[in-house]
Amino acid sequence: MDTTRRDFLMIGSKMLIMTAATAGALEHVLAGTPEAVADVYRAADHWWAMLIDVEKCIGSGDCVRACKIENDVVDEPMYFRTWVERYHINMSDPDHPIVDSPDGGINGFGEKYKDGDGKTFFVPKLCNHCADSPCTQVCPVGATFRTIDGVVLIDKDYCVGCRYCIQACPYGCRYLDPRSHTADKCTLCYHRLTKGLKTACAEVCATGARQIADLKDPNDPVHEYLRTHKIQVLKPQMATGAKVYYNGLDGAVR
Amino acid sequence: MKRSFKDYEHLVRLASIFLIGLLVFAVARAEFVPKDFGTLGHYRAGAIDDIRKRPISYAGRTTCTECHSDVVDEAAPSKHKALPCETCHGPSAKHVGDQEVLPGKLDGKFCVRCHAANTGKPSTHPTVNLADHSDPKDSCTAAGCHKPHDPRPPE
Repeated sequence: MDTTRRDFLMIGSKMLIMTAATAGALEHVLAGTPEAVADVYRAADHWWAMLIDVEKCIGSGDCVRACKIENDVVDEPMYFRTWVERYHINMSDPDHPIVDSPDGGINGFGEKYKDGDGKTFFVPKLCNHCADSPCTQVCPVGATFRTIDGVVLIDKDYCVGCRYCIQACPYGCRYLDPRSHTADKCTLCYHRLTKGLKTACAEVCATGARQIADLKDPNDPVHEYLRTHKIQVLKPQMATGAKVYYNGLDGAVR
Repeated sequence: MKRSFKDYEHLVRLASIFLIGLLVFAVARAEFVPKDFGTLGHYRAGAIDDIRKRPISYAGRTTCTECHSDVVDEAAPSKHKALPCETCHGPSAKHVGDQEVLPGKLDGKFCVRCHAANTGKPSTHPTVNLADHSDPKDSCTAAGCHKPHDPRPPE
């Protein structure tokens, strides 16, 4: 048989097409019919946010501990998905607040300042689950994203650990998990929210300084709260659409 | 005829290589990109289910009170009435599934985490200066002064 190069290429490409088609078809056959899972959670019915009342925070560190346990947040190095900062503003120099957060406030705060000497307060921080988050926009592989219900998540199987998102977050909420070499951050306890539970931090907060809020739920007391309080988000000038709403936030907080 | 074919043979060759390249790309893409990528957005939709699969550690106050209604009654007259159980008792989701597994033991010294005086704490929150209040080595509960569920001091 006389086979020219042209014949060879023609036959070769035909075989390639058929192999691809067969592989595609086989995959569908092997996958079978998807199992019907009873799932009462409908993402489109929710829009999650968090409410933090700075005036209620006592700096006990319960939220930091609970988050560490609930989400298995890495201890070495000591990273946090949520942490508490102590601000101290000296009235003679109000533009330069002194901020400390020993071990993220996980063991509470020791006495450091004197009563009447400036003002001191605690500010819990966590991922702001921005509606227009800078971190998801810079991901080159589509490993981090905002869900329909407004929670910014990371696909650990897809993350390549390039750290762009860690640099992009204006709130410093992301870190590289040294165990998986992937980016990590607060999930707003998505595994709890979707079961109808509060986040771990809001669950253990003794004073109610942290509250989880569903802005799409008309019966959520959050609407009344937002209407009757002076609310601020962190770094509003960044236009990130941050959804962690602070009551009683001092202008010195960055 | 044979002569004119030779004139565009190199074009056919190029086109074939280009086509094969395209095919290899299409096959590789179909192979490597998950089927659910892009169904909800520029991400793998299955990642959401992976994250949702994580087990919980904190059962939540509502679950605790289903069985421990006596504690709810005990705390009712005090300021601790709305306090989440797991703030002091620790994560108890395993205890819900198996009552043999008990939540962490408490030694009565955890009170100070919230109630030790500290300048940062809001003035509305009840705090004590440990040095003046009692022997700081004693726990708040040992002498019978305070019960954690109903911490009102005795008359």
